[in-house]
Amino acid sequence: MLGARLAAVAIAVSSMAALASPSAVAAEPQASQTEIEAEVMCPVCGTLLQLAESPQAQREKVFVRRLIREGKTEQQVKDALVSEYGEAVLALPKGKGFNLSAYLVPAIAFVIALVALGFGVARWRRAGGGPPDGDSRPGAQGPSPEDSERLDADLARYDL
Amino acid sequence: MARGCRGRLGSNLQRPVSFRSAIAVLAVLAVVGLLTFGLLSKGSSGVALGEVAPDGPLPQLEGGGSGSLADYRGRWVLVNFWASWCVPCRQEAPELEEFQRQHGGPRFTVLGIDSRDLTDDGRKFVRDYGLSYPQLRDGNGDTAHAFGTTGVPENFLIGPDGKVRLLLRGPVDSEYLERYVAPRLPGGKS
Repeated sequence: MLGARLAAVAIAVSSMAALASPSAVAAEPQASQTEIEAEVMCPVCGTLLQLAESPQAQREKVFVRRLIREGKTEQQVKDALVSEYGEAVLALPKGKGFNLSAYLVPAIAFVIALVALGFGVARWRRAGGGPPDGDSRPGAQGPSPEDSERLDADLARYDL
Repeated sequence: MARGCRGRLGSNLQRPVSFRSAIAVLAVLAVVGLLTFGLLSKGSSGVALGEVAPDGPLPQLEGGGSGSLADYRGRWVLVNFWASWCVPCRQEAPELEEFQRQHGGPRFTVLGIDSRDLTDDGRKFVRDYGLSYPQLRDGNGDTAHAFGTTGVPENFLIGPDGKVRLLLRGPVDSEYLERYVAPRLPGGKS
């Protein structure tokens, strides 16, 4: 009886381990040479590694391939590249310090553009697609009585 | 009429700035400020003859610790920027090693700086060519940039005062070294 229970527990534990291991593998996906080459730079050429064919780029590609064969994750490969070439090797800078502006500025510009567009559309709809109501621009309401009077007087001077 | 124009202009100047205008101005200022900061943070690069050479610390290519051009103040130093993937560097390395054997000592040394190269490749290069002169590593290329290099190899002769006395943007050979570098060294016939 006890043996049967122990066997059941052993089966349950091994089943759980079997279920757990794929998720552990999924958390650390196999690094892809193509993906890494699309996300790092060739420091000498100043282009993405995947577009570079210079001798330095060839060495860098071999380095990446070797690390992948050793079973390194994508992050570990990138860390190794940063250790060799500095952070400039990353195509997308880390979101720290001044580099943060690379992410913030486009986002802020997008929000500002969206708000400006919203204001513009709201104003246009209020105006019914025509000139806005209560337009205070000079001349929008026609000349004032004083201006009309002065205009008439000026025109009268040239009346032949 | 002219008085009317003046009056309208005056009223425009006194009108308070609208919220939208203020936002637009701030946005433009922010973009200009970012661009200016980005340009300034890159800094000017390059050294000319007679200027003091950059002497920031760099890691040693082999072994631990760091080194710097400043460590050699008081000596003549031929700074050689190289990389293992650079073909002309392979032709130049034996010539530099020979020159170091002939002239290296307490008053002169060749100082190699392996720039934008993989550490293991750089070490293998040093072993393959049996280079005995000191080697530093400039992985991110910042020091090469500070010297104003446009590639590898490039060579800078630095005087005992740390100033650039001679520069060659390209490989050196024994003829160049004997003709232009050797006469400047202590005991040389200049």
